[in-house]
Amino acid sequence: MGWQKKILRVNLTAGTAASEPLNMEWAHEYLGERGLATKYLYEEMDPTADPMGPDNILIFATGPLTGTMASTSGRYAVVTKGPLTHAIACSNSGGKFGAELKYAGYDLMIVEGRSPEPVYLHIVDDEVEILPAEEIWGTTVWHTEEHLKAKHQNPLLKVASIGVAGESGVRYACIVNDLHRAAGRSGVGAVMGSKNLKAVAVHGTRGVTVKDPKAFMQAVRETHAMLADNSGRKGLTELGTNDMIDSMQEFGGLPTENFHKVQFDGVGKINPGAMQATGPEGHRNLITNKACFGCTIACGRIAHINKTHFTIVNRPEYRHASGGLEYETAYAFGPLLCIDDIDALTYAAFVSNEHGYDPISFGGTLAAAMELYEMGVIGKDDTDGVELKFGNAEALTIMAEKTGKYEGFGKILGLGSKLMCEKYGHPEIAMHVKGQEFAGYDSRALQGMGLGFVTSNRGACHLKHDVFAEDMEDQTGKGKAKPCKDSQDKIAMIDSTGLCLFTTCAWDVPEFRRQIAAACEGDDWTEERLIEIGERVWNVERMYNLKAGLTAADDTLPQRLLEDPAPSGTAKGKVSDLPQMLPEYYEYRGWTSDGEPTTQTLQRLGLK
Amino acid sequence: MQKSLLIDPAKCTSCLQCEMACSLEHTGAFNPARSRIKIFEFEHGAQAIPYTCTQCAEAWCLHACPVEALTRNPETGAVELNESTCVGCKVCTVACPFGTINYVPETGKVAKCDLCGGDPKCAEACPTDAIVYVDAGWTGYDRMRDWAVRTHAEPRT
Repeated sequence: MGWQKKILRVNLTAGTAASEPLNMEWAHEYLGERGLATKYLYEEMDPTADPMGPDNILIFATGPLTGTMASTSGRYAVVTKGPLTHAIACSNSGGKFGAELKYAGYDLMIVEGRSPEPVYLHIVDDEVEILPAEEIWGTTVWHTEEHLKAKHQNPLLKVASIGVAGESGVRYACIVNDLHRAAGRSGVGAVMGSKNLKAVAVHGTRGVTVKDPKAFMQAVRETHAMLADNSGRKGLTELGTNDMIDSMQEFGGLPTENFHKVQFDGVGKINPGAMQATGPEGHRNLITNKACFGCTIACGRIAHINKTHFTIVNRPEYRHASGGLEYETAYAFGPLLCIDDIDALTYAAFVSNEHGYDPISFGGTLAAAMELYEMGVIGKDDTDGVELKFGNAEALTIMAEKTGKYEGFGKILGLGSKLMCEKYGHPEIAMHVKGQEFAGYDSRALQGMGLGFVTSNRGACHLKHDVFAEDMEDQTGKGKAKPCKDSQDKIAMIDSTGLCLFTTCAWDVPEFRRQIAAACEGDDWTEERLIEIGERVWNVERMYNLKAGLTAADDTLPQRLLEDPAPSGTAKGKVSDLPQMLPEYYEYRGWTSDGEPTTQTLQRLGLK
Repeated sequence: MQKSLLIDPAKCTSCLQCEMACSLEHTGAFNPARSRIKIFEFEHGAQAIPYTCTQCAEAWCLHACPVEALTRNPETGAVELNESTCVGCKVCTVACPFGTINYVPETGKVAKCDLCGGDPKCAEACPTDAIVYVDAGWTGYDRMRDWAVRTHAEPRT
């Protein structure tokens, strides 16, 4: 009930696939998705192992509400050790793949070992085949999905796959499902590639049931109505996540020119207004919005590129519609690189989906490369003759292709900003936490966000905490530790349900509790218990990272955000207050001053 | 008054709430594989089109059934299946020009949309009104009004 109570365990070294019962004790302590997968990773894998080696394990995990009529029920998470950060990687995705895996009868799929040859998994309920992937190895995500549906004569297959980026070990390669949704961050696609696993194609007919259908449907009707009436939800539906670009511009928190600036003059050319405007040639970037599985928000953007644009003028194969600009992509290809060409941005977004890599980390790495180029550290000899200057839209589109195809300077960009800048002797240019590039929020203007970036267990990430309201009200670090920690725990719980974080525009813990309580066995689903699950998940992630060799020294920001004041905007003249916030955060978490959970904290969470 | 499902693909976001609602009503589980209404996506999701049985007045499936397992519900206008009579011969699936009646291997019977006895769950679940349940004689009403407004002239004074 809620859970399918079954795991699919695939060992690619041995070439075996078998199901086993889900550990229900763990399910009650960690729910599902992010939390439950974290527990399995922590128990089954040596955290010191090479993330790209056969000893790493790759877990696809659904939650107890995945595949139900709860709004946004399409989420699944991929949990593994990440090659970008050498820390725990946890990336979740929407689309339709996650629900399909659950319908096939599995809460989790654990992939172990490494296949001697490229393979893909074909799963139809209990029938699981490990099949040769030589026909699709070296091809794109888009081709792979089309090929597998045709080969198996099954248009109902849902496919999650990697492109050449993942096959080649681009450290921020992602796993793309349903053409343009992705478990995007921390290089989970590179891990999949290291296992010689090209794709997972699944069709499920088993269905999902809940404990108390009547109570569950009552909760579903009411929580759907809350979303329907909510103004934040309406904004996401009508404008998409890129609405944020105008807010960040106005606030002065929009990282620009590799964090030298916090505002970008070209925002009006790449914001939702620009996406919805009809140009002089009659072209409109945005076609429609689109939902992931079960989602009543539908923030996804479907767009197309102006057919006269230089990127596709002679390439009709890119004239179709596909996943368009969301905020993070718009930021990482736009302001961060000082590019305001909406068609170039949309093209690069298509290419990042087609070849399977994270646009945030790619944009962050390209921004660092542009700075190295402008400093004269690298030149045209390094960049395959491309003038890698800020503002050069063509450079973005060329490097997007090269990285996706793992060619030329794209191989260097595939290292991520940290390793690339170390290679060229300028580690200070790389804007990252724990090796992972920043999402589109400046830590000097949004202090709590900065603390969240620093303490996120997968490196700089905007999705693991929510201190937004507090940051908007007050541009100092004062009082940010508590909302940062509290929201991290809450979101760790939400990420373990199978639902999407964006529902929090209208819902809070009681709404999640109500749906979990009606769906999952057991009668003691209190709000306190759910929050404790979130805190438990957070601490297990932290313990994993400590065992992997990370320390409090990794909980820091680049020098640029700690020493160079924001040049404009609301936080003009400010640097990050991290030195004040971090000790307060550790204390509030019940951790030592070295950032380690105390025995008392571990005991309280049942971890010792 | 007989009612009919009215589908507007332009409003569909492909969330599949309808498929889950349909399968819950008919099988007791959330299971799009068993839904009688299906969403079809084209061009990377630029178009999403719901499709299901239109309850033909002269229903090919009903006429083809050799055991009279398919009958018309006079109240709703739906062609309904009597599962205990159905022998799973699948002749109706051959007869239907639209593909909206299908064999279900798990049950050994066919399945088709029955308008949930007059309370279609797909329409209830649709968050964008891409699927609504309206007067069967006036499914064109809104479109007619949209065209009417284009001919709108200034009111007479």
